[in-house]
Amino acid sequence: MNLGEKMTLKSNLKNILLVIFATLILSACSTAKKTGDIDGDVYTGKETVEYLAAGVPDRVFFATNKSSLTTASRATLRKQATFLRKNKNLNVTIEGHADERGTREYNLALGERRANAARDYLMTYGISGKRISVISYGKEKPVNPKSSPLAWSQNRRSVTVKVN
Amino acid sequence: MKKIIFTFLFYFLFLIKSFALIEVDITRGNLDPLPIAVSPLHVDVKSDNYKDLKVKELGENISEIIEKNFKNTGLFNPLKKDAFVQKPDIAHLKPRFEDWRLIKAQALVTGKLLIKDEKLKVEFRLWDLTAAQEMTALAFTTTPSNWRRVAHIISDKIYERLTGEEGYFDTRIIYVAESGPKSQRIKKLAIMDQDGSNTKYLTLGNELVLTPRFNPTNQMVTYMSYFRNMPRVYLLDIETGTQEVVGNFPGMTFAPRFSPDGTKIIMSFAKDGNSDIYTMDLESRVVERITEHSSIDTSPSFSPDGKFIAFNSDRSGLQQIYVMRSDGSNVKRVTFGKGIYGTPVWSPRGDLIAFTKMHKGRFYIGVMRTDGTGERLLTENYYQEAPSWSPNGRVLVFYRETKAGDKGEGFTAKLWSIDITGYNERKLSTKTDASDPSWSSLLSK
Repeated sequence: MNLGEKMTLKSNLKNILLVIFATLILSACSTAKKTGDIDGDVYTGKETVEYLAAGVPDRVFFATNKSSLTTASRATLRKQATFLRKNKNLNVTIEGHADERGTREYNLALGERRANAARDYLMTYGISGKRISVISYGKEKPVNPKSSPLAWSQNRRSVTVKVN
Repeated sequence: MKKIIFTFLFYFLFLIKSFALIEVDITRGNLDPLPIAVSPLHVDVKSDNYKDLKVKELGENISEIIEKNFKNTGLFNPLKKDAFVQKPDIAHLKPRFEDWRLIKAQALVTGKLLIKDEKLKVEFRLWDLTAAQEMTALAFTTTPSNWRRVAHIISDKIYERLTGEEGYFDTRIIYVAESGPKSQRIKKLAIMDQDGSNTKYLTLGNELVLTPRFNPTNQMVTYMSYFRNMPRVYLLDIETGTQEVVGNFPGMTFAPRFSPDGTKIIMSFAKDGNSDIYTMDLESRVVERITEHSSIDTSPSFSPDGKFIAFNSDRSGLQQIYVMRSDGSNVKRVTFGKGIYGTPVWSPRGDLIAFTKMHKGRFYIGVMRTDGTGERLLTENYYQEAPSWSPNGRVLVFYRETKAGDKGEGFTAKLWSIDITGYNERKLSTKTDASDPSWSSLLSK
């Protein structure tokens, strides 16, 4: 084999790699479009969501390492507040969770902070703090066991659970 | 658990000679492990039977445990027994040095044992084959059921003689045994010998348990449990099985560790979305608040002199490691590298802090000096965290998880260890999946 042939082979290989790379990018785009359920890295879909009553979702989702409430989360919590005002004898526990991509102890603290963010918001809408207890499970109870960005976004959540 | 009765009758047969030629440097990765021959211990024919113990095989079994301990350090290369040329009892009296040198051994361990009147009497000698002299000799007596510990204690003595450092073989590891599907994990406290034998489960798995840690001065353990769905820090006496809640906090307590003198527990208490660090004195029950900050403060770990505390905080925005005086004053951030940092654990030697680092979706276990300089990353993986020090400050044990598929399949959690040189990474054998390891201090100390 002479040098010229070698060069062609090299550039052919390069082209093939480029094609593979481009295909990968395209397929990555298409999956992102298909799920379409993550905004930033906050989950916005309905998979895994349960309902306290018709039209009252039980959970809100968070960005990685964050405990701030998104616009959508605040809308969900206002629905929960309305529901709780109508059902005066009902108490709830808010369970705070984190995804699996963080150290266990920090995630316990983070879950507690997330649950309290939801509790505080319910309280500003007139629900007595006495009716709302919180518990953090950190990363111990994932709702989706997969190791993927979508699963992690579904696991970063606080869930309002009826206790009576 | 039954109290382990262990009495030593140590006596030195000969004075230790300090001019031996062989020594093992453990401060660097050892690419040329020391060839060592561990002769089976000679079993005295006058030995009694003892319960279901296979007395005839005991000498062989003890030498195998010693070999396994040595092999696992990465510093020694135990030689195959089929090349051994001298009978154990004769070698123990005085080896023919040139015969052992012929199989390229540099050190030789010999010994003998006798079981009489329900007592196990063991003696061993360590020989420097190059200098043709004895380095150490030791004899002791114990109850025969402690024969595995005898093997570990002999390993410790030889390791100490050859490296100049305290050993870590007569130790145990407490951890969380995991089973079941990933989204419904069953977790139990488990304890095993450092080499993976004698696994015992300390809880039944009815409630979630996390982060067990040994008291460095005895065999007490602190851990976190969701008993009655109230996440709290507990204290457990592993010899009596008694447990109690630590303190009376109106909310979650977590991330517990003992102070180096074993008299206090340091932990986080979370309330209203804020976690701060507290200590509780186990005798007086006095609770002290150490940090007061609106950020998350957790994973506290005392320096071995008790004067400082390393901890994890996100007061700068993301998780970083901070060091403060033990009264909470003089807080200083020590990690400024790329990525975020968690789980600081102060070395029992006091010179280093081990940590978990997260950067670009990868997880690292590393060590740094206590002011944050001299960071060295020892191992990189998909997920790993929670380093715990061997009592001599030379080895870290931690846990590592694998990626899970759609239904959680392919997920495993295992214990691993690595030397702080960055060499000798090794998976520990556990009966189940495992996480959150904590290494005990030497049992015979």
